[in-house]
Amino acid sequence: MKLAIRVKRKVNRSWQVDSMLFLLLAAFGSFMAVPLIYVINNAFKPLDELFIFPPTLFVRNATLENFADLFQVMKNSWVPFSRYIFNTVFITAAGTAGHILLASAAAYPLAKHKFRGHKVLFTVIVLSLMFSPHVTAIPNYMIMSALGWMDSYQAVIIPAFAYPLGLYLMKQFMEQIPDALLEAAKIDGASEYRIFWQVVMPLVKPAWLTLLILMMQMLWGTDGGSFIYSEQLKTMHYAMGQIIQGGIARAGVGAAVAVIMMTVPIVTFVLSQSNVIQTMASSGMKD
Amino acid sequence: MQKTKIAAEIMMQPKGRPAGLQGKWELFVKDMKRDKHLFVLLAPYMVLFLLFTVLPVMISIFFSFTHFNMLEFPSWVGWENYSKLLWNDDVFLIGLKNTLIFAVITGPVSYIACFVFAWLINELNPKVRAFMTLVFFAPSISGNVFFIWQIIFSSDSYGIMNGLLMKIGMIYEPIQWLQDPKYMLTIIIVVQLWLSLGTSFLAFIAGLQTVDRTLYEAGAVDGVKNRWQELWYITLPSMRPQLMFGAVIQITSSLAVADVAMALAGFPSVQYGAHTVVTHLVDYGTIRFEMGYASAIATVLFILMLGTNLAVQKLLKRVGE
Repeated sequence: MKLAIRVKRKVNRSWQVDSMLFLLLAAFGSFMAVPLIYVINNAFKPLDELFIFPPTLFVRNATLENFADLFQVMKNSWVPFSRYIFNTVFITAAGTAGHILLASAAAYPLAKHKFRGHKVLFTVIVLSLMFSPHVTAIPNYMIMSALGWMDSYQAVIIPAFAYPLGLYLMKQFMEQIPDALLEAAKIDGASEYRIFWQVVMPLVKPAWLTLLILMMQMLWGTDGGSFIYSEQLKTMHYAMGQIIQGGIARAGVGAAVAVIMMTVPIVTFVLSQSNVIQTMASSGMKD
Repeated sequence: MQKTKIAAEIMMQPKGRPAGLQGKWELFVKDMKRDKHLFVLLAPYMVLFLLFTVLPVMISIFFSFTHFNMLEFPSWVGWENYSKLLWNDDVFLIGLKNTLIFAVITGPVSYIACFVFAWLINELNPKVRAFMTLVFFAPSISGNVFFIWQIIFSSDSYGIMNGLLMKIGMIYEPIQWLQDPKYMLTIIIVVQLWLSLGTSFLAFIAGLQTVDRTLYEAGAVDGVKNRWQELWYITLPSMRPQLMFGAVIQITSSLAVADVAMALAGFPSVQYGAHTVVTHLVDYGTIRFEMGYASAIATVLFILMLGTNLAVQKLLKRVGE
């Protein structure tokens, strides 16, 4: 039976259209990939290869010179490059951990309980997905200075805790948890906090990883915005900007930083892809 | 649900209106007590959300009616900022025009691209699918690696695009891609599209995998002839929730073009060729410190984004009905 249907579905697909679509996919796939491949190869090119004309996509004699130069160049700067790395890692780790914890805690009541105001709260969250953080940038600057948080890590970390997209996805994902499971825990005498921590949290691991990817997209590439101005608190993205400003002479070093910058989020995504897709399946907006 | 419950409660009160109100209040207190654990769980997130998202929107709307420079006490000016913005600020109108051009092109194109690529990838076997997902998603997650496009469109003859075009004899001298307003917008649109296969792309891939397989079998029996009909009659309607979610993400980001424009074309760009509403906001908010005026720009942006999103949601709800 199944086989018959499969044969029938094959008939629906003509090989001409199939190969055309395949070509389309290949063409756009290379449009997406070539710039990244070029940067990665540049990072391993020795000086003489970087300036070959016409430029080559792939490296011939790979070298780690650029990475060594990176630390050499940054040695004479105000703060060592390792400090920028630390700042980025710290901001990303703290922001992500806090966000996952707070967003999950808030998502659980919204997903699984009908309390007074749950609809209003969720509507406000959905509405806040509909405008970008640029809208709130200026008042946030005032709020930060009123709080005395200017030029500190928390000015970047704490607002990330309350990023709306994470709560939205977490809540949508939690809705799939069967109510019977929660009720069973309740009958066993578990408090809401225990249900959240011991029943719900372990079940939404795929959603944690999705929030991790989202936060990484946001925090790993942050330059500290207008909140951070001390050199020792600035991030890797900021350092990358400074190096690229150095112009063509720093092309190799710039590519090396770029590779360091992009490796972490990409590897994280590769490792968590199936979980992320699983979470996204429940991302839809119901009326 | 809640309303009928309350109504029932009121009807059960024999003494009429005052007792009804009291009953309502008691019910409210009872509900609050029952749900207090839930509010404890919600509180940390909600406090920060109010502080850094809801409150700022209100502050922005309030200050948009004032003159405020962070030093002097704000003074009320009514609609002056808005009238200046819409009638006397030519640069803002250039920014608004560019923003709308970006949005009208990158919005729908990126949205359709997200779907089409997700749909094509979905037909591949799982291993290839995972790899292609990575290829398409990687640019949007690589942070700020889009600076590479600066090298590609570099203005001297060593720039990759110039070198290529000169080699095949299309041009004889290098083009100043990122300084010429003629090319600026197009290049930024291309880069923006390169970056745009993000969250919605993943949502569509996931959505496609959840479409009930038996629907296709039923469709084949009911006379669905080819993959296009399959797409239109089965796949798209089944994915409506994801399509609506994706629309929100793509619309919001297509109206917020700024980082790429500033990084590639400079800030301010030549003849304001890549000026947008957001770069105008950055100009007044973080350079000139005219906070009242900048708040008016932010409020216009807010209304533009929210309005477009709500309108499109309404439209998408009708699809397939």
